[in-house]
Amino acid sequence: MASEIKQTVLHLSDHLPILQVVVPMLIAPIIVIFNNRLIAWLLSFFGTIICLIISVALMWATADGSVLTYFLGGWVPPVGIEYRIDAANSILLFLISVISVIVMFFSSNALISEVPKEKHTLFYACFLLCLTGLLGVVATADIFNVFVFLEISSLSTYVLVAQGSYVDRRALSASFNYLIMGTIGATFFVIGIGFIYMATGSLNMMDISERALELGNNRTIQAGFAFIIVGMGLKLAMVPLHIWLPNAYSFAPTVVTCFLAATATKVALYVLIRFVFSVFNYQYGFVSEIFLFLLMPLGIIAMIVGSVIAIFKQNLKKLLAYSSLAQIGYMVLGLSLLSEKGLSASLVHMVNHGFTKAALFMALGAFIINTKNPYLSSIKGLGKAMPLTSAAFVVGGLSLIGVPGTAGFISKWLLIEAVLEAGYWVVAVAILVSSLFAVIYIWKIVEVLYFNEKPENHGELSFYLVSPIWILALFCIFLGLNTGLTVDIANMAAEILF
Amino acid sequence: MTMSGDMDSYYLSFIYGHLPYWLFIILMLSGLFIVVSRGNLIKKIVGLNIFQTSVFMFYISIGKISGGTAPILLDKAAGKTDVLYSNPLPHVLILTAIVVGIATTALGLALIIRIREEYNTIEEDEILEMDTQAYRAKNKDNAFEIET
Amino acid sequence: MKHHLILKVITKFMVGVIILFGLYVQFHGDYSPGGGFQAGVIIAAAFILYGIVMGLETVQKVVPIWIAQKGAAIGVLLYALTGVFSVVFGYEFLNYAAISPEHPKHGQHYGIIIVELGVGITVSFVMIAIYYSFADRTPRLDDNEW
Repeated sequence: MASEIKQTVLHLSDHLPILQVVVPMLIAPIIVIFNNRLIAWLLSFFGTIICLIISVALMWATADGSVLTYFLGGWVPPVGIEYRIDAANSILLFLISVISVIVMFFSSNALISEVPKEKHTLFYACFLLCLTGLLGVVATADIFNVFVFLEISSLSTYVLVAQGSYVDRRALSASFNYLIMGTIGATFFVIGIGFIYMATGSLNMMDISERALELGNNRTIQAGFAFIIVGMGLKLAMVPLHIWLPNAYSFAPTVVTCFLAATATKVALYVLIRFVFSVFNYQYGFVSEIFLFLLMPLGIIAMIVGSVIAIFKQNLKKLLAYSSLAQIGYMVLGLSLLSEKGLSASLVHMVNHGFTKAALFMALGAFIINTKNPYLSSIKGLGKAMPLTSAAFVVGGLSLIGVPGTAGFISKWLLIEAVLEAGYWVVAVAILVSSLFAVIYIWKIVEVLYFNEKPENHGELSFYLVSPIWILALFCIFLGLNTGLTVDIANMAAEILF
Repeated sequence: MTMSGDMDSYYLSFIYGHLPYWLFIILMLSGLFIVVSRGNLIKKIVGLNIFQTSVFMFYISIGKISGGTAPILLDKAAGKTDVLYSNPLPHVLILTAIVVGIATTALGLALIIRIREEYNTIEEDEILEMDTQAYRAKNKDNAFEIET
Repeated sequence: MKHHLILKVITKFMVGVIILFGLYVQFHGDYSPGGGFQAGVIIAAAFILYGIVMGLETVQKVVPIWIAQKGAAIGVLLYALTGVFSVVFGYEFLNYAAISPEHPKHGQHYGIIIVELGVGITVSFVMIAIYYSFADRTPRLDDNEW
């Protein structure tokens, strides 16, 4: 009983794990009640900044390898719901919060071109609920709570994607397909949780891992693991289950695409990582077999196929979406090595790719604000008309390729190092080949941007649109030069998880 | 009893003993099949609902203890101590999942209404056909010159 | 009032009974089967029944669309603020002991009642809002077409 626990007065710093999740959840209903566009934006921006401050504080507190726990409602686990922050979550909380702040700032001027004014309040409310869901998935240590937050974020994501229908009606069917696939994924995930609960009788991650160790090689737990792999594979767009992703990304409003591309799939991958290392015991034969014979080939296929399809796309949003598939392949590959180095490379790539892809999509969104269409032919010569935005796009593209000095180089280097350590030199070659394909599709865009006549009717955009793009582009460079923020914390996280 | 009789009873008990699971598997697969095979968007949502319902049944069957009664603590207040209760936790969990399922269904149906308003059809292949034709009509002259 | 006289009279009688039953389920939810989800749906069912029989305009005079929208938000806010209340007084989020520190068990009761009230408000208004958004879209049936 809660009443029997000795109650000590908690301070604000003790509440950080829950405040991280609750702040956006509190603001969402408030802006619905006010129903004013300006207030909605101000409160959302304010809320995301508070989230960022909290996440920085959490990252600072967990950087030395310590673990923060929080018992919801004072109920001690395994009875109650536990929130648990360590180095691995804090880095993702930071990624989600930073991207949400920058996207929020960008949306103040960018949203108006894609979504009618009267829908903005509800749009921001939905955005905050999506943020709540993503932060909640990462912060919690209760597996059913993971499902609830995952569905909060997914349901609001379907709505956000459908908002693109004011520009292109195909957004509706894209959103519908995403809903079908996402719900199947989530339901598979719930079945998996059911099997785990059946075998262990617990929902707390730490508790399950202890009890599963006692049970040994249990068929029920293996079935649960298989269901969870498929469910999360659908959510993170692992290659044969990726059909929803290109359409959802390319028809959603730019603001939504930026946010989703940088965070949503990473969070699903994080759930997979958490389940493999904290819930299941990865040393068991069946986990390593699934990873070696299923996830690694799928990751490699994603890397190659995603990049090749991207080369042939004329719709730039689709091009970047397929390139996202390839990048997810890298992350899955890093995870599938089941080594400390591979995991740390995977985590670093999550963060680096989050910033890179957000910068690229945001710069592309800025082009689209000017040209009103996402096709390659429409951006002819914009490198001269919009020099700042185009330069930021090039920086993002270089980071995507993995040129030294940018964020992408660090994570690809770590990944190749991890692959070579495991002795798969063929896989290392595949990574290089995939990077070469990335050179092709980025160069294709850069060529059209810079080697054409300057168009008459387009000019550089306002400060409010260009500065968030450059903040992201500078992040790409900064994370490529100073690896203290990402690599050290990821190594710490990998150490904790193993 | 002969050897084959033993085997028969083994198979029978395998089927009867796992009856909830058979129902769960049949419902789940028929739901998934409907989602994959039907082009009508409403039918897809119906299939999705059947699929989710199978999971609800699965969870409820997890919580059942044979001989257990509804987990309301009235019996203990009346002085009985040996009452066996079913496990209420899976039921509570699945209540949450049911609410999520309702939200998903409502959102899916709302999307279908919007699709029907835009396309005047809810058949997936007709929508695809209309999208392709619209794309081709726009790109008649040159695949690289596209207006919005 | 010539058409469907019986339906309309019965509905007017039933709406009160249904709402009463909904309130019963709501406020006995902490001790007996029931609670916010069920009560919210039952109360919303009363409004939806009224809307189906009397017409959408009539029920929207009682619960306009904006009330349905903001009511749903207020319910969520009530739930979340209960949690924030405990945080402010130095307890864990949603630790109801904060409501009555001397008697934590009483605090549990109060807390559950407030939280379930929030759930009930949200669920009933969301249900009504879903009904509105679907019913608004179809062309209205004329009385003669029955």
